[in-house]
Amino acid sequence: MSGAEKIKVKVTEITPINELVTRFRFTQINGELLPTFSGGAHTVVEMDDGGITRLNPYSLMSDPYDQSSYTISVRRDDEGRGGSLFMHNNVTVGDEMTISYPVNLFSLDLRADKHLFIAGGIGITPFLAQIKQLERFNGNWELHYACRSEALGSYVNVLTDRHPNETHIYYDDQSQAINLVNLLDGQPLGTHVYVCGPKGMINWVRKTAEDAGWPRDNIHYEEFLAPQPGKPFEVKLATSNKVIQVGEHESLLEAMEREGVDAPYLCRGGACGQCETHVIGYDGQFIHRDHWLDDDEHASGEKIMPCVSRFEGKTLVLDR
Amino acid sequence: MTIQFNDETFRDDYSFRNSEWAIKRFPFPFHEDSYMYSVNMEQHRGGPAGSVYEKRFDVDEHYLAEMKDRALVLDQDPLRCQSLPHMTLAGWDLLELIMECKSEDYPDLFELHRNGNTWRWVNKPMGIDDTFTFLDETTLPYGPMEYITRQAQGDFAVLDQRDDMLWMDAGMITTQADWSLDFDIGMNFFEWHAPVPLAHEKGIFIRALKFLLNIQQGAPARRLNWTMTVNPLLDTSPENYHKWGIQKTELSPENIGHKQHLRVELQTFYRLPRSNALVFPIRCYLCNFQDMMTMPKWGRRLHRVIRDLPDELATYKGFIDNKPMMLDYLSQFDDGQPTSPGIWPDQETEPPLQK
Ligand code: HEM
Ligand code: FES
Repeated sequence: MSGAEKIKVKVTEITPINELVTRFRFTQINGELLPTFSGGAHTVVEMDDGGITRLNPYSLMSDPYDQSSYTISVRRDDEGRGGSLFMHNNVTVGDEMTISYPVNLFSLDLRADKHLFIAGGIGITPFLAQIKQLERFNGNWELHYACRSEALGSYVNVLTDRHPNETHIYYDDQSQAINLVNLLDGQPLGTHVYVCGPKGMINWVRKTAEDAGWPRDNIHYEEFLAPQPGKPFEVKLATSNKVIQVGEHESLLEAMEREGVDAPYLCRGGACGQCETHVIGYDGQFIHRDHWLDDDEHASGEKIMPCVSRFEGKTLVLDR
Repeated sequence: MTIQFNDETFRDDYSFRNSEWAIKRFPFPFHEDSYMYSVNMEQHRGGPAGSVYEKRFDVDEHYLAEMKDRALVLDQDPLRCQSLPHMTLAGWDLLELIMECKSEDYPDLFELHRNGNTWRWVNKPMGIDDTFTFLDETTLPYGPMEYITRQAQGDFAVLDQRDDMLWMDAGMITTQADWSLDFDIGMNFFEWHAPVPLAHEKGIFIRALKFLLNIQQGAPARRLNWTMTVNPLLDTSPENYHKWGIQKTELSPENIGHKQHLRVELQTFYRLPRSNALVFPIRCYLCNFQDMMTMPKWGRRLHRVIRDLPDELATYKGFIDNKPMMLDYLSQFDDGQPTSPGIWPDQETEPPLQK
């Protein structure tokens, strides 16, 4: 079996937050309580997009202890392959959908004396749940949140109203920027830093913290990877004895699933390692996009993460 | 069915006994006629009615006696139960999991009544009826993990998950097969497994860790492990080796049938929702050789497994010295007939001993 356990839910509320972001609320169809979860967890939402099954991960942003409903926020990506467009354009209140049990690849380190959150754009969502979790136990936290503009600052008002002392907002269009070196320098011993946002921001925070001598274990990050479109390619699946085509707008994992191959997965975002697949042979170029394999493994040509990575070239043979 | 709890001991006079029911449902750990370490994990979603797999936390006739034994061990050595400060939330997770499972799976024995954060827990066999505030430690006589594991059979290791690694940061360990929580506390998955022979070379722990890191809420897993114990001792800890190690030398051809026990651990794995920690319940089942030999299939198979077991494993499991005596005894129950695949005794179909 692939993926986490499933839950049948109903969409009970759709709230536009700003021009790009919309919030969705889910409750269980059978009326039962949803499982509790830990701040930082995501759920994988299944979408039936005109015959194509899309499974996209979204961070749970609601209070982890509120079992009556879950909320997620979806940022519209006009250039992506459609998962977010589907949520924005096709989902209406009352729809029944399937989501996965909560899965956490970005959990709080509960040993921390202080949690320092750095968010960029829609990367705010996991922190909303983590803040609710920490507030319950009087946890020590601080948030630095960069948004493009006031108009696009999702949940800025709620945060500054409820937590004026902990919340710090930076607007790109007003040339406000996090002074990271100073910020990191002023932290008490036992602080953990968490970053969620665009790739550039994650790399910047990780590098700055490492350069400043922060222990690796105290730096946590989560990037939302969605599979990117790319040139179609052909793959031979040695174990299943099949040759399949991966289309421009589908991932290698989705193509395998379409062909009835039971390929393992969990996050579908290049983070969990579950879909790791052994390469038997190839002639061409890998386009690795995951966070799971390290640089050496990427260079080795021996492994690929089919949920987000692609291939360009003549032949690719996988052990699947 | 209602369970008749035994009045019995796991020390001194060793009055521990298995009823016919308990023998029949004993989790015999060998699915074929040989044994080697492997990544033998499967989903934990029930099993045949009456089997130890059926319920999420199995309760059997030894429940009350085991809980008494645990209390004695803790009296003498409080360090058998430890929880690092950041593991309290995981302790509440575990308390909730066990209370939910037991009250749903054994409604005639356990009740959980929730009204917001005010919870009432009724444990009829142990005569407990407590009301407390969920997530408020001051309303319980012990920390949440200790409170609930004093009422649940088996050991519990509670692992924090950080940086793609599991850390043994809490546990209730009083019925262990010769390892120590006080020694292992704070260690990671590879560190605490360091003493195990052969498995590292076979890459078993690397694959097992990957599997464990990916265990998700709502999808628990399980595996069986086994060793040998002379006398029905639950507490075979390194701390008390001076008391029980010597008993291995008291085995004789006359007493081996009732003194030598196969010790099987049903190990399960659950993701804990609020803390994202992992709990590893290790439930110990003991069955002596003579009771096991009442199942012809198990008699044939146990002989073959022990005969062909690599010496490294027999040494690590601590029975290499007694192995020849075991084989002398067990060979009487092996007539060379084939055995059916799987762990179940297959009493109806397996032929009686042909000797
Ligand atoms: C997180 C859960 C686990 C915990 C807390 C745990 C703990 C332990 C401990 C404390 C020991 C004794 C080591 C010693 O001699 O000091 C042990 C032995 C062992 N463990 Fe684990 N373990 C876990 C999961 C696993 C898994 C998933 C496997 C899968 C293959 C495994 C395989 C073994 C084996 C083969 C031994 C040797 C047992 C024997 O021969 O009696 N463990 N484990
Ligand atoms: S499914 Fe998680 S890395 Fe591919």
